[in-house]
Amino acid sequence: MLEIQNLHASVEGKEILKGINLHINPGEVHALMGPNGSGKSTLSNVLVGNPLYTVTQGTITFKGKDLLAMPAERRSHEGIFMSFQQPVEIPGVSMNSFLRAAVNAKRKYMGQPPISGAEFLKLIKEKRQLVGLDDSFTRRGVNEGFSGGERKRNEIFQMAVLEPVLTILDETDSGLDVDALRIVAEGFNKLRTPQSSAICITHYQRMLDYLRPDVVHVMLNGCIVKTGGPELANRIEEEGFDWLKNVEN
Amino acid sequence: MSSINQYIDLYLQHADLLNQGSHPLINAHRAAALSGLQTHGLPSRKDERYKYTDIDKALAPDYGLNLQRLSIPFSTRYQCRVPGMRSRLYHVVDDTLAGGDILDTPQIFVGPLTLFAERYPEKFKKYYDSESESGKSNALARLNTMLVQNGIVVFVAKGYKESDLLQFINLSAGGVPMLTNRRQLIILESGAEATILACNHSGSQIDHLTNEVVEVWQEEGSKLQYYTIDDTVASDSILNTTHIVQSAGSRLEYASITLSGGLARREVDIYLRGADASVQASGFVVGDGEQHVDNNLLVVHDAPACQSDVLYKYILDGQAVGAFAGKVYVSPGAEQTDSQETNANMCMSPEARMYTQPMLEIYADDVKCNHGSTVGQFNDNALFYMNQRGISPEDGRKLLQQAFAWDVIERIPLLPLRQRLMRMVESRFRLADSCNDCGICISKV
Repeated sequence: MLEIQNLHASVEGKEILKGINLHINPGEVHALMGPNGSGKSTLSNVLVGNPLYTVTQGTITFKGKDLLAMPAERRSHEGIFMSFQQPVEIPGVSMNSFLRAAVNAKRKYMGQPPISGAEFLKLIKEKRQLVGLDDSFTRRGVNEGFSGGERKRNEIFQMAVLEPVLTILDETDSGLDVDALRIVAEGFNKLRTPQSSAICITHYQRMLDYLRPDVVHVMLNGCIVKTGGPELANRIEEEGFDWLKNVEN
Repeated sequence: MSSINQYIDLYLQHADLLNQGSHPLINAHRAAALSGLQTHGLPSRKDERYKYTDIDKALAPDYGLNLQRLSIPFSTRYQCRVPGMRSRLYHVVDDTLAGGDILDTPQIFVGPLTLFAERYPEKFKKYYDSESESGKSNALARLNTMLVQNGIVVFVAKGYKESDLLQFINLSAGGVPMLTNRRQLIILESGAEATILACNHSGSQIDHLTNEVVEVWQEEGSKLQYYTIDDTVASDSILNTTHIVQSAGSRLEYASITLSGGLARREVDIYLRGADASVQASGFVVGDGEQHVDNNLLVVHDAPACQSDVLYKYILDGQAVGAFAGKVYVSPGAEQTDSQETNANMCMSPEARMYTQPMLEIYADDVKCNHGSTVGQFNDNALFYMNQRGISPEDGRKLLQQAFAWDVIERIPLLPLRQRLMRMVESRFRLADSCNDCGICISKV
């Protein structure tokens, strides 16, 4: 589904990614771990086409298509979704109008007619129950005045509405208490299909206990230095990243 | 040579014709206005309140005036209905009431200025142009007083509450470049209530300048909602002078929305003369192309315990120029004044220009006042967040623009009107047919 080869990327002229290779098959969940500054968030931002990041070398193929040639909105239409580390507040734009615009943009891309009002209401009612958000929340401005937990739940809610094939969870567990983490992770698990894949960026084992990744990667200094199964995450939980620095050297 | 001279000459040559087409009580004010213009001339850009708009240039074209009161055909397809609201609809072509039922009862008068002067001379004399000789009158008000022939009066008698929306569709018309001097006189006696919507539309694409004076008198405990919308073509310009006097306990909701047009300048003076009077003044401007929109506001707290709340927002694109100057003046003795003033602006293109000047002058001790302004562009993080959800940059910007507008629109208390205005703003951003049921204006050009 996703094939990254020798990816180099920089932000503000500084090279952050230094040759990433990654292959993700349909249905797989990959965990991406690593200390702060290792390039995890840069990789996710490059995948979704954030214009602040510049790809200097390498290729990304998604469902057989050249991902780097697509603008951000088209990547979304093709099925890539990122749960933001810090979801943005957009005062004045209601969740309803925001989501409806998003749904209709995708439908237009797929050659489908815009969603009707009744259909849309039914869709969001069904999906918000997955993450335990109440009715009033869709009438509020996007993330406006939301608590940290609400923002993260809102990300999963949007994922539920947009039904992506590749989800990137960028530290979705940060700032969540134990209960909120469970709600978010369980919501995510309910949405998984045999065809959908995910990249989960996290510092903590707890999130991975819920998501049960198939593959765990460790990034250091812009490269993937170690790839393994779930046991790799356990070892990092116990020993940290220092032993990997030694491996790297 | 100042461009005012051509109008002074025109008046001197055609005073008889002007007078014939009007009413003696209106005519009685012309000489003083002429004298004021001859003495003071036009303001220049060196004058503080006229820094951002060149009045001399605005008046320079050789405009004609409809001195002979020729009837100008107009189309009633300009309906601009507000769904969900009972309204009385009036069409005003230039300065003349051309459609709609005149109301003339002991409780309410809605009709031409000349008829009001004829029917209620004492009231007319009490209110019409009654502050011009105190030195407050400006050059554009003088020009209007010198040349005005007609206009509209809304008079609501003591204690009467008009529940229907009074809607005026002002059409600029004429087959040649024209100057219209239109007058509106709005009088609410004590405890009276009214809601007025004035929509300015273009009847043609020929250069047109409207020099409008609006005088509003609100007596004790009266409530007025007054909204004005400019949705005209680029060849249409408006210079508006609004003078509002509020007595004790009166409430005013004022909003001016400029969606399109050429030059639009509004000078709005609001005098809070009685205790516990309150005003909420709002403005929203969408400017592009070479639009020039200047709102100059003065709120004078002359009595204790009055509230003023001013919020103006501009979104400028292309080479549009916006200006906002708002002065809140708290007189000695106006204790417990509660005032806030905000001006927030977005410049969408590198060529768009915004001038903003919020001002506070306080001569009382016990007051709560704040003022501020911002000029910025859209939040790139918000735009990218939308892109990631599949919303194109273009649609994302439109959503953000609508959200920016909503702050102002949501201040309008009447839900149907609020929805109607929001739809107009949304259409303006879509640049689609801006108002299908009324056939206006810029989007069809």
